[in-house]
Amino acid sequence: MGLELYLDLLSQPCRAVYIFAKKNRIPFELRPVDLLKGQHLSDAFAQVNPLKKVPALKDGNFTLAESVAILLYLTRKYKVPDHWYPQDVQACALVDEYLAWQHTALRRSCLRALWHKVMFPIFLGEPVSPEMLEATLAELDVTVQLLEDRFLQNKTFLTGPHISLADLVAITELMHPVGAGCQVFEGRPRLAAWRQRVEAAVGEDLFREAHEVILKAKDSPPADPTIKQKLMPLVLAMIQ
Amino acid sequence: MGLELYLDLLSQPSRAVYIFAKKNGIPFELRSVELLKGQQHSDAFAQVNPLKKVPALKDGDFTLAESVAILLYLSRKYEVPDHWYPQDLQARARVDEYLAWQHTALRSSCTRAMWQKQMMFPVFLGEQVPPETLASTLAELDRCLQLLEDKFLKDQDFVAGPHISVADLVAITELMHPVSAGCQVFRSRPKLAAWRQRVEAEVGKDLFQEAHAAVMKVEDLPPADPAIKEKLKPSVQCLLQ
Repeated sequence: MGLELYLDLLSQPCRAVYIFAKKNRIPFELRPVDLLKGQHLSDAFAQVNPLKKVPALKDGNFTLAESVAILLYLTRKYKVPDHWYPQDVQACALVDEYLAWQHTALRRSCLRALWHKVMFPIFLGEPVSPEMLEATLAELDVTVQLLEDRFLQNKTFLTGPHISLADLVAITELMHPVGAGCQVFEGRPRLAAWRQRVEAAVGEDLFREAHEVILKAKDSPPADPTIKQKLMPLVLAMIQ
Repeated sequence: MGLELYLDLLSQPSRAVYIFAKKNGIPFELRSVELLKGQQHSDAFAQVNPLKKVPALKDGDFTLAESVAILLYLSRKYEVPDHWYPQDLQARARVDEYLAWQHTALRSSCTRAMWQKQMMFPVFLGEQVPPETLASTLAELDRCLQLLEDKFLKDQDFVAGPHISVADLVAITELMHPVSAGCQVFRSRPKLAAWRQRVEAEVGKDLFQEAHAAVMKVEDLPPADPAIKEKLKPSVQCLLQ
């Protein structure tokens, strides 16, 4: 059995891994894990990732969790073009810096925006107070501004002249609130231009394919009561 | 000007960077940034790290934030022994996996536990912590410690395998945070306690003690003066959730 990637394209880090693998023509078996059906909670999946999250990787007997670790593993094993994670110590450090920062910053705000704006009311049937939603969207705004001002600035890509893992991780995050109907690129010409560049570098077809699911998030049918009960505590912990 | 490390040993990631640099004999100028005096908000420091956090690094004109990025930069630049961040593909992936997971898991619960339990909110900032909040924080800490033991440490000597790596430094410095607040994280966790002994032995007891002197004295802190409270409160409010 070759490389297996356990993914649900609803999830931002899954999209980053998917795009990266496809773009670099890394051969893999796609193992879909339907989060909204609670499939990540199965005993079978726990064998692959005891943390019960996607993305997860299985390469023979070797299993690996955490999208950043997975992206780095694939980068090294399949010897992808240097720009994704440069050999140059300083260039590489800038990618590491973004990949570290984003966990508790952009990722967090994008996740909360999607869940507060769309998934709680539509999928879980749980209302979200206007104050809570407003606070979440305000936080998203601050974080996106930080992305622009501190990381992108006037560069072509986040960490320099070439696309890297940082851009993939960032763009897939930003598509989360976009999927929720938040206009994160509006009034942000620098960021919008960067988005175009990333999409062009990835390939428009691949980009569209990877984002089909999230762009339909608003159309999620309501969860049935059993699923809702199963998922609620985990969702609450996740978006804390 | 050579390598400068902007640190406050009160901060867990600052301790990891400090221990790593010292242990590997990496020459650096220590630039102290006192968090409890709000020095991270100074304009001067913003030139080094506009994110206004420690640790931060300055190497000539090159500046870098984020402890994980700093640890990896130092590993590469100073060609430290392989075990810190192994060349082997799978061994390295295990370190990366831990370093990624900990941001939103152990780090988060250790910081909250330390601020909510004894000193920081209640005494230093004079802000009450609702018992339910503290209980929930400690439960979450417990859950993360269990994951650390079951998913990462398992039956290995160190977090990512048979040898100490940057993952262990990052983990141990996190755990000393709730320890400093009186949380008995190692009691009734013999596996974790044994791992702690191994890490301390590898690092060297003197260096370990030196790195943790500041945080272990947190309980002797007097309440903050009102000006400081005003300055610090906004950025630490999120730790009360």
